[in-house]
Parts: sequence; structure tokens; C-alpha cells
Amino acid sequence: MSEAAITPRGVWRRSPLGRRLTIVALTALLALAAIGPAVVPFDPVATRPPVALRPPSAAHWFGTDQLGRDVFSRVIASTRVDLGIAATAVLVTLVIGTALGAAAGWLGGWTDRVISRLIDTIMAFPLFVLAVGVAAALGNSVSSVVIATVIVNLPLYARQTRAEVNRRRDAAYVEAARLAGVGSIATVTLHILPNLVPPMMVQASLNMGWAILNSAGLSFLGLGIRPPNPEWGIMVSEGAAYIISGEWWLFAFPGLMLLAAILTFAALGDALRDGLDPRRS
Amino acid sequence: MNAPEPAKPLLAIEGLSVAFGERGRPPIVDRVALTLARGDLVALVGESGSGKSLLAHAVAGILAPAARLDARRLEFGGVDLSRGDSRAWESLRGREIGVVFQNPRAALNPLRTIGRQIADVLKEHRGLAGEALAEAVRDALADVRIPEPKARARAYPGELSGGMCQRVMIAIALAGGPSLLIADEPTTGLDATTQAAILDLLLEHARERRMATLFITHDLTLARVYCERIVVMHAGQIVEQAPTEALFAAPKHPYTAALIGATPADARTVDDLKGVVGSLPDLAETAPACRFADRCNRATGRCRAETPPMTFDASGHGFACWAPL
Amino acid sequence: MRLIAARLVSAAPTLIGVVLVAFALTRLLPGDPAAYIAGPAATSASIEEIRHHLGLDKPVIEQLFIYVRALAHGDLGMSLTSGQPVLDDLRHRLPASLELTFYALALAIGVGVPLGVGAALRPRGLVDRICNLVSTFGQATPTFFLGLLLVFVFYYELGWAPAPLGRLDVVYASPTEITGFWTIDAALAGDGSTLAQVAAQLVLPSVTLGLFGLGPLARVTRAAMIEALASDYIRTARAAGLSPRKVLWSYAFRNAVLPVLNASSVVFSYMLGASVLVEKVFGWPGVGAYAIDAVLASDFAPVQGFVVAMALLYLAMNLIIDVIAGLLDPTVRFDV
Repeated sequence: MSEAAITPRGVWRRSPLGRRLTIVALTALLALAAIGPAVVPFDPVATRPPVALRPPSAAHWFGTDQLGRDVFSRVIASTRVDLGIAATAVLVTLVIGTALGAAAGWLGGWTDRVISRLIDTIMAFPLFVLAVGVAAALGNSVSSVVIATVIVNLPLYARQTRAEVNRRRDAAYVEAARLAGVGSIATVTLHILPNLVPPMMVQASLNMGWAILNSAGLSFLGLGIRPPNPEWGIMVSEGAAYIISGEWWLFAFPGLMLLAAILTFAALGDALRDGLDPRRS
Repeated sequence: MNAPEPAKPLLAIEGLSVAFGERGRPPIVDRVALTLARGDLVALVGESGSGKSLLAHAVAGILAPAARLDARRLEFGGVDLSRGDSRAWESLRGREIGVVFQNPRAALNPLRTIGRQIADVLKEHRGLAGEALAEAVRDALADVRIPEPKARARAYPGELSGGMCQRVMIAIALAGGPSLLIADEPTTGLDATTQAAILDLLLEHARERRMATLFITHDLTLARVYCERIVVMHAGQIVEQAPTEALFAAPKHPYTAALIGATPADARTVDDLKGVVGSLPDLAETAPACRFADRCNRATGRCRAETPPMTFDASGHGFACWAPL
Repeated sequence: MRLIAARLVSAAPTLIGVVLVAFALTRLLPGDPAAYIAGPAATSASIEEIRHHLGLDKPVIEQLFIYVRALAHGDLGMSLTSGQPVLDDLRHRLPASLELTFYALALAIGVGVPLGVGAALRPRGLVDRICNLVSTFGQATPTFFLGLLLVFVFYYELGWAPAPLGRLDVVYASPTEITGFWTIDAALAGDGSTLAQVAAQLVLPSVTLGLFGLGPLARVTRAAMIEALASDYIRTARAAGLSPRKVLWSYAFRNAVLPVLNASSVVFSYMLGASVLVEKVFGWPGVGAYAIDAVLASDFAPVQGFVVAMALLYLAMNLIIDVIAGLLDPTVRFDV
């Protein structure tokens, strides 16, 4: 059963409007991540009790939270944190997963068996549960969230790489390279892996959405970053208590940002998939 | 002279076209005319991609929703089907018109025993149930010469050979007691012995039940052996139709002559075999009026501009050509 | 029967892996459990003694064996916060999680599958667009955000749903436990009002969790149906004159069920993960909330037990689904 059927897909896949929207959103997110903290109107961590719990207004677009902090500034500042964690996790997973998969596919035998077993074992756990376990074991920090996300997403890349490397191991051009005296690692890296770049890019974009979801979830539970650092998951968690007294802006805006970010990367992945392999629908 | 029509044709087609995609694109099947009476055994021959199957699907009422059917006349047993509305076929499918498909193992449900698949059709058309149904299934299997029908009924298509699957397919097609049987390349892919066995079986049933049979094939030799009349189709157009021996003795259309020339049976040496020049026209662009024009060494300007009508001579030999042989 | 045995055998290595990972998690614990237990006033000697008592000074391999042996006896350690054996705590709280996940899965299947079928029947039609929309948003929306959103709209704004305070408001008495599923227990006791309350409390959490699983299920159903409907055997069935209803359900849908069933297994695993978040949002007294509360109090044994328990649950569900698939798909028997 293909994972493609399970990953999120954009609502507006085939329309040029949708594609433009995705690019705009992506650019906005990246811009916010890059320069966000520098251009926010208020200091994200400065507390100002007198203006606590104010609803959205002209002064505070997203209102203020229970410590008087400007929600808008915090939401913007969080972009760097959330995207940064997710991007780091995805990058690390990509590298390690590809390496493991390539080793398994190329060397075969025991290496393949051990690595495959490792992958199967990871997949035997409900993924978020495993992330919780790892994050809990490693303690409250950014790195534990990253490591947890990496471990949980490893199987995806490892499997794909292994299948591809396996498939091409006996191809003619690989034989040619081997005969020319090119070493194994070089062969794999220079000749086989480049073929994988397009599907990997698709996978990575789709995975970004998952990674953001994952780390936000861990933070929401209190397993990741500690307050007062602004991060969407933490903000939603803190805002949860105020729903029943009607102060919705504390949880709603960071939540919506999460949704927007995840959707953007999902749509990006979709657009890439359509662009790189139009035969698959 | 127009087509000689039997007193009461079972199937009467005039000016039937099937098209896909945007309007204005050339139709895949182009203004075809055909008549069939009960007891007729007609072969529809042509290359792969000539539109034979599409024509068959149109007659059987199983065209894809995306296909557009357009016909001046399309009558089956007096029922007017020319509007192409799927509902018009409801009482005909399986009951009056039976279809045997190519590639039988793919055409049977892999997760359902063959007994149940036959039972489904029997139940639908004859309203049988219980023991009567089970017995009818066994009879149907025996009718198509499947040994040990009782045990075999519990088998799945994956467990059977290609020939067996085709027999099951025939049983399903005949279950409703149709008056028209369409066999779309029923033996392609089967080995020669099985091929002969299947075709003999089909022939036997066709004769016994006095069905009109339309045998679609790309194999001219088979058509010659089994059928009394041959209809030749090229790129969606019917170019020639005649009683079998008349067609082989004196083909009038250059395409027919080329097909006969390419048939191994008639050739004495390999050098005698002449492939048919060129390939089917690409209908995405505009095609010449007579779609064989670009492959024909007798083509004139008129051939490209004006579609030749089908004319019949006194013996019922019809051809559509401005420059017949 | 043979199928079940074969599946159990192939599950064995996975089981070993699960245990190894769980053990590895215990070794990654921050801090020193011995120091924690000994307390802040302990001397290094007493810490050493406790460490020896806990077996932490033995070689890793030996510790592994001790761990596995304990696991085999159902000893998952003690919870420092509850003072009870972790196994007991888990057993006590599992029914709550199971009831929630069960209803969520029922919702996901009950809505997702028909939605997928409807979408497949008319691609790019209205139902297809709705299916696509629901699937996309269902998966892109963080579960905890969705839950809070539903609480805000349906509890705070509309007042339709009860307060998100767990399985039952404190005012009410919980039904006598027979199955652990309070809906069933209340029904069995003929207690209508309790049943209504329990059900009301279940609505928002199961909808939240269910919406998460709806997306993938609807998508897979749609894809499987489209593929089935385009198959040659459907064309044969239509040509043979079978009624459109029979063709749709007995031929197309019946053949599409298998991929959907396999997808259900993956969806179940997603839901087990998401249930942790849902339990936190709605104050649900399940195993997920138990584990999280323990971790935040630096009590680590419950988390390990929780991780193992969830993995076993997933494994069991996989087995069940594999067996059902084997029953439904006769062609599988040819390979076995």
C-alpha cells in the first residue's frame, strides 16, 4: 500500500492559482523564519502584565496572552523555531536514512538484514508514541525533539533508498563504473543517488509537514522546548486553559499558523510530485 | 446499390460514430454501417487499434461514460438504441447480447469463484435460487466442456488455465440465452490447440442457438476458417465486406488485398509475405477522408477529400473505395 | 489456522525488536534513578547501595536479561507518582483509551469509507471535492488544535457539548465496570441517563481523533474503488447484465476492501499516537495521559510501559487485520 495515498495532498493541486498561492505562502514562511524575530512589533518574551489577555485590536493584531505578551509577535517569532526544528530533523533524517538505505541496498546480506530489522522495529511502534518515548528519555530540549523526529521518520527514507539502490545495483552503467575502478561509495553517491533526488525532494517536502506536526505535538505535551521560548505548540498548550473563559486568541492563532505551515509544505510536496513525475497522478 | 438487408435484421447499424475528447476531433469509429441477422457468422477483421473493440462495446452498451456515441440508426431486435443512452441497454445486456472478452483471466473477478460468477448471471437473468441455481451452474459448466463441474465451480480464476477461463467466460456470456454473441479476440494469447477448441465450442453454440455471432479478430486465417462473411475495418472505417470466399477470391479494397497478402497461410515462401505499408493514421491530427489514403498506392486527391461510400454489387460484396481493384 | 500461526511466527522478531528498543529507552534516562530514589540527603554510599539494589551496576547484557525476565512476568516496574505497579496502572486505564480509539475508528471507517466510495463514483464531482477537502484538512490540522477548536466552538460558544473534563462529570457515578467500556457497561445496566452522559462526553474526543483517521481511509477507499471500477472484470460484469448495484458492491467494493483493510492497520497506528494528544486535551483518563503526566513528574517507568503496551496493541491489531484479510482474500492461500 503506497504511502502516497496517506500523505496529505493539497486541495488545489492542479490549478495555477493554487500553485501561486503555495509559492507565496512558502516564501512568506521562509521570510518570517529568516527575519521574523527582527521585525516583530513587540518583544516576544517581554511580559507586560497590565495588558494581559487583551483581545485582538489595532495595537495587538492577535491580542495578548496571560502575561501580556503580544501574540502576533510570538507567533511570528515562533516560525523560526518550528521551521528550524523541522528542517533540521528532515535534513538529518535524509542524510542518515539515505545512508542506511543505500548501505542496505548496496551491500545486501547481513547489513541489509540488520538495517531492515531496525527499520521494521521502528515501524512496529505507533510513530508518535515512539517519539514521546524518545523525547521523554532524552529530556526536555530542542535536540531531543529533533532526535525523536529523526528516528521516527527514518524508515521512510531508508526504505525508499534501499529499494532504489537495490534496483539499480545490477544496472549496466553501474557495472561500467565498477569496471572503470570507481569505488563503491563513489559509485553509489555519484551514479545511483542522483536518480533519487527528485523523489527525495518530494518526500522531504511532504515530510516537513509531518515533522512540524510531530514537534509541535511533543511541545504541546511539554516534552520539547520549555517556555518562555515562543513555539507554536507551547503557545497552543498555554492557550488551552483560557478557552473555557473565552479568550480564544491565545490558542487559535498559533494553531492556525501550524495549519498554514503544514498545508503549505504538503502542497509544495504535491506540486513537486506533479512537476517531477507527471505520469503519476 | 445499397446494402442488401435480410428480411428482419437482428442488428442494424447505420452511420455510427464513437468519439472521445473535445468535439471536433476525428471520431475513432467513423460512420460505420453493418447488419446482422440471426444465424449469421460474421468476422470483423482489422489491425490492432482499428476500432473493432470500440464498435463492439458500442453495440453491447458498455462504452465508457467519456465516449460519445452518434448514430443515424442503431437498432437491436427492433429496439432503438441510437441515442446512446446507457439505460436503453438495460434489458439487453447479458440477456440478448452476450460478450466474450479477450484475456479471460483478467476479465474474471479474481476474488470470486467461477461458480459464483456464473450463478450471479443466472440469478440475474433467470431468477433461479437454491438447488435449482446450483444445478444450472453445473449445467452451464458442462455446456462449455469443463470437466468435473461440481468441483470446478469452487475454483478461483487464478487456479485455472487460460483456456478454462475462456470457457467460463463463454458460459457467462451464454447464460442469459442471447441472440447476439460478440466475441472480441477470444483466443488471442491462447495456444493453437486451445484456440481451435474454444472456437469450435463457440461455433457449436452459435449454430445450436441460432445466434448472430460477431467474431472480432486480427487473424484473417481464423476468420476464413470459421466465418461466412467478413467485414474489414481500417482506422474506424469499414472498407469492405463480403462472403468469405468472395473476399479472398477477389478483394476490391487495396487494404483487404494487402491484408491477404500479409497472411501467412496464403504465402508460399517468406518472400511472398508483404507487410501492409505504413501504420494507422494518427487521429489526433486531421486524417484524410478515406483513412487509408496515406498508405495506399492508388490514392487520388478525391480519396483524401471525400469519404467513399459503401457500394454493393449484386452478390452482396460491398466496398468503400474510389479506386477499387 | 495455519495463517495465524505463520503470522505469529513472523511477528516474533518484531517483538524482540520492541523489547530491545524499550530497554534502550530505559538506559537513556536522564539523571540517575538511584540518586532520585535515595533523595537529596543521601550519601554517595547509600546511593551506591541503592544502585546495587536496582541492579544498575551490573553489565548491560545482564541488565537486559533481568529486564526481559521482568517483562515476561508482567513486571513493568513501579510508578513513583502513583506508587502502584505500572502494569496495574496501565490495566486500570487502558479501557478508557480503548473505548475512545474504538469509537474514533468506527467514525473514521463509517464516514471515511462511504465518502471514498462516493468520491470514486464521480471523480471531480461534489462528493470527490468534499472528500479531498476533508482528507487534506483532517491530516494537516494538528490533532490537539482540532480538539481545542471543537471544544471552543461546541462547548464554549454553542454549549452543545459538555465540559472536556474526562469520561464523566464528577457529579455522576461511573457505571459498574464489566467490560471497561462505559458505554457498554451503562447499556448493560440499563442505565439510560448514565449512558447518555458517557456518550456525550465521548462525542468531541472521538470526533477529534476520528477526523484524523478519516482522511487516509477516505483516500485509500477512493483509490481502491477507482482501480477496481476500471478493471476488466467490471466490464465483464456490466456486459453480462448484472445490476449496477451488484456490480458496485459485490464486485467493485468487495475487491476494494482489501487495500482498505490494510490501510486501516496503518490508520490505527496513527490514531494510537494521536490519542495521546486527544487525551491530554480532553482530560481523558487513558494510558496516554498517564504516561505524559508521569514523564512531567520525572517518573519514567510508566512511559516505558506505555510505549511497550502501545506497540503490543498495534501488533495485535495488525495480526487481527492480517487474519481477516486472509479470510477475505482467497488468493492468499495459494502462496501460503
